[in-house]
Amino acid sequence: MKVRILVSFKDSVLDPQGQTVKNALHTLGYAAVKDVRQGKVFELELEGATKKEAETLVPEIARRVLANPIIEKFDWQIIKDR
Amino acid sequence: MKFGVVQFPGSNCDFDTFHVLRNVMKRETALLWHKDHDLQGVDCVVLPGGFSYGDYLRSGAIARFSPLMQEVKAFARAGGHVLGICNGFQILLELGLLPGAMIRNKNLKFLCQHVRIRIENEKTDFTRAGRKGQVLRIPIAHFDGNYYAPARVLKDIERHRQVVFRYCDAEGNITEEANVNGSLGNIAGIRNREGNVLGLMPHPERASEALLGSEDGRTIFASLILSLERRKPARRPVRRERARHD
Amino acid sequence: MIDKKTLDQHGLTEDEYGLIVGMIGREPNLTELGIFSVMWSEHCGYKSSRVHLKKLPTEGKHVVQGPGENAGILDIGDGQVIVFKIESHNHPSFIEPYQGAATGVGGILRDIFTMGARPIAVLDSLRFGPPDDPKNRSVMEGVVSGIAGYGNSIGVPTVGGEVYFNPCYDLNPLVNVFCLGLADKDKIFYAKAEGAGNKVLYVGAKTGRDGIHGATMASAEFGKETEHKRPNVQVGDPFKEKLLLEACLEVMDRGRIVGIQQMGAAGLTCSTTEMAAKGGMGIVVDLDKVPQREAGMTPYEILLSESQERMLIVASPEKVAAVQEVFAKWDLDAPVIGEVVEGGRARISFKGEVVVDIPVDAVVNLCPAYNRPSRAPAVLPNPADLPPLPLPGDYADVFLKLLASPTIADKEWVFRQYDHMVQVNTAFLPGADAALLRIKGSKKALAVSLDGNSLYTRLDPKTGARIAVAEACRNLVCVGARPVGVTNCLNFGNPEKPEVMWQFEQAVDGMAEACRAFGIPVTGGNVSFYNDTEGLSIHPTPVLGIVGILDDIRKAVRPGFKATGDAVVLLGENMEELGGSEYIRIVHNLEAGAPPAMDLEREKRLQEFLLEAMGAGLVRSAHDLAEGGLSVALAECAFHGARKTGCEVDLTDTFRPDALLFGETQSRIVVTCRPANLGRFLKMAAAGGVPAKSIGRTGGRDIAVRQQGRELFRVPVEKAYRAWKDALPNFFKVRT
Repeated sequence: MKVRILVSFKDSVLDPQGQTVKNALHTLGYAAVKDVRQGKVFELELEGATKKEAETLVPEIARRVLANPIIEKFDWQIIKDR
Repeated sequence: MKFGVVQFPGSNCDFDTFHVLRNVMKRETALLWHKDHDLQGVDCVVLPGGFSYGDYLRSGAIARFSPLMQEVKAFARAGGHVLGICNGFQILLELGLLPGAMIRNKNLKFLCQHVRIRIENEKTDFTRAGRKGQVLRIPIAHFDGNYYAPARVLKDIERHRQVVFRYCDAEGNITEEANVNGSLGNIAGIRNREGNVLGLMPHPERASEALLGSEDGRTIFASLILSLERRKPARRPVRRERARHD
Repeated sequence: MIDKKTLDQHGLTEDEYGLIVGMIGREPNLTELGIFSVMWSEHCGYKSSRVHLKKLPTEGKHVVQGPGENAGILDIGDGQVIVFKIESHNHPSFIEPYQGAATGVGGILRDIFTMGARPIAVLDSLRFGPPDDPKNRSVMEGVVSGIAGYGNSIGVPTVGGEVYFNPCYDLNPLVNVFCLGLADKDKIFYAKAEGAGNKVLYVGAKTGRDGIHGATMASAEFGKETEHKRPNVQVGDPFKEKLLLEACLEVMDRGRIVGIQQMGAAGLTCSTTEMAAKGGMGIVVDLDKVPQREAGMTPYEILLSESQERMLIVASPEKVAAVQEVFAKWDLDAPVIGEVVEGGRARISFKGEVVVDIPVDAVVNLCPAYNRPSRAPAVLPNPADLPPLPLPGDYADVFLKLLASPTIADKEWVFRQYDHMVQVNTAFLPGADAALLRIKGSKKALAVSLDGNSLYTRLDPKTGARIAVAEACRNLVCVGARPVGVTNCLNFGNPEKPEVMWQFEQAVDGMAEACRAFGIPVTGGNVSFYNDTEGLSIHPTPVLGIVGILDDIRKAVRPGFKATGDAVVLLGENMEELGGSEYIRIVHNLEAGAPPAMDLEREKRLQEFLLEAMGAGLVRSAHDLAEGGLSVALAECAFHGARKTGCEVDLTDTFRPDALLFGETQSRIVVTCRPANLGRFLKMAAAGGVPAKSIGRTGGRDIAVRQQGRELFRVPVEKAYRAWKDALPNFFKVRT
């Protein structure tokens, strides 16, 4: 099974890279862009895990290792079932 | 007293810190390997600067899982002294021994330059050789040194006088311009509430020899020596002959 | 089976192919052809340059290793040696500035630690198009952050270098990286495979389809379906390299290996054949044992991959386990992939079949050398080429303009992105005349300077090259160090153009003359040809990297004014020379005339005298005159002083004021000394046959220059400082 985990800054934390991208987009004339948040994507290949097991495993990994809960939040999804 | 400098894969200020503690401060110093469980009886653990594990996930995020760090955690919880410099500070934050987190410098560039920091709390084991308000000239070298903590945590840190160093100008004023990396409250270094763990972004080991432009960093090492040697019968410093040759 | 088209794709001529067939006694297969193609390429084989490079002096009493190895080695006494080299990474840095520059740093670091030395400093010489063009800015930002990203992470300080701007680098930036290492003399290792039966170990990153020889990209062997999988840009992994560095130094320190070679250009091919050839042995390699990152790689791809962070090690069978133990400590695998054998052939197998069987000597040592036709350009510039130049109305204005010209302006924007202090040896921060590094446990210090003014070399390659050597030496002498050895990076256009070949020949001649005059050996370097884009060649750009030794670091001299009231002394003579100056380029929009003259004897006397005066403790500060001439040099002396003290000077020369202020006449140094020492200093200069004149005093808040009493300009130091300091950052300000 393949899962995708998205880690990004919490809304309350300043994201200087996102801000810079936003400014760059504005300079290029994309006035419609209201905000940009930059994050990281992890793709994990899990072996022999059921969907149910993944639901415990993935958030644990994300919370414990991939994201720093003080500044970051995460979201995840299964992108390939087997 | 005996210092221990931890070596993670990717540490790159390990030898620098070792050199200064042993050859400049003239104290027995051990290198501690991250895969070991043995703290070799040190009185103070120093987590040096560098790019542990390439800083690939987040600065300091992987190093905290190493076997030795479990010992360091227990050592700190039992009141042992731990000093984290730059990447070492980031590891202490990731480990939860100190509150807060680091994000990218506000100008999104790596910054290597001399900065000035002001001693905010001189009554710590890391600063007692200095004076309150004393300005130290010490270099920084980091990409992720922009200190962040949620408002509630920040308030807590301030209330318990945990901020030990703030970025300031040459006269000691805490200004926006002096805050090169954008840290909240100009924070350059904090301690834990118990006072035995300190993390700071500037590199005191790079400011410990006149030849390299500043000796202000010695204040921190000298404070530790003062604090820890007062507490226990002094060990004999290493023999000079050995100390002279690196 | 090998047709003309395949040969073209491999950059080999029919004559060369004939040689190959003769040497191996049959037609090569495609994999073997690939091997010859990279090993006989300009980059590895020095086909066009070898006959000329022979003219460079390479011997000296301190030389432990001259050209031919990964880097040169010089004995610095006390059982220690320095290992150093400069390399270009121009083309990769234009295609992908960040990774191109990063892997450039990675490659040169491996060259140094392969020899058993710990890299202690990196410097780089960078050339970009003018920063007012956003494309050039983005290349520059990428290159600078790539150097930072790699060097900072691995913990080798980037302590200095140079950055030049000229439109000729718009489509062909230059990224030349220099690295200096320090080793114990008895712990040097060479890229030699000795002893039949010894094992060949592969360490470091896995092999992928990175950077497979560009010329072969379109080869018929590869189907469309594999094309997309083949990234041509190599990606650097500084963390892996740091592990490799520590592990390699550890196995060498413990004496567990026989020989070692990094896999750079031409990867596994180059390292296996070179090691065997240098040891006078043969080698067998089983490609199935080579760690691979991608599935389905062909022998051709595995052998020619340029994946980064890989090394080849030869160790005796009984020590293999001990070597692997050290690598395991650093979380690295070190599988055995082959063996050293008698017989001088490289025999490489894949899936049980021999896919390569060739004599290593042919591959490594018998690459043909060409004496390519050269021709001087029809019109050579001379001083008279300069049209009559109107005198500027306001010298202060020109002065400020020059300080803000990107080439002259402060480079802190660049070097503060580099960790220049790690390893705690950096005694002088970047920006001084030369980088200065202390040697721990010793009074000695090492100084390094990179130099090369391509405007001069374009106008007169020979003189330009002589100046580059002289100036790099002068920079070292200004901090108090004695030059001991040279490495060079020769960046030129297409050598098949006779004019380019002429430039090359002239530049090498000039360099050879100057190195002989200063008595400093060239211990290695790198040639980068084909710096052409859209048919236009860059200015010929030889970059010199010169290393010096200072016996007592406490005697090091800085460029900045020390105190108020010191005597300002100009060593050397002012002359009316404007050709090739930054002044006529910026103000009169001209790259013309002849560059300033270079009298090597005069230069040598100047440098000898300065070292002598420093030894006698008479020199408070010293700074050499370069781009922007006297006025810019005085300003830099003021900026580098702790208190930004100004100066008042009066010059007696009678020629045109702009040449006096901004001309770039060589062999000049601004020195300050205590008034009490002035008499002795001037007398010593006279005895040494060096023109020296007290031209004024330090002090005040202004930089003021008079000519025979008439004030040419007076500018507050702070104003000049801002112009110089803010110029580069202003180009990069985020515009929102």
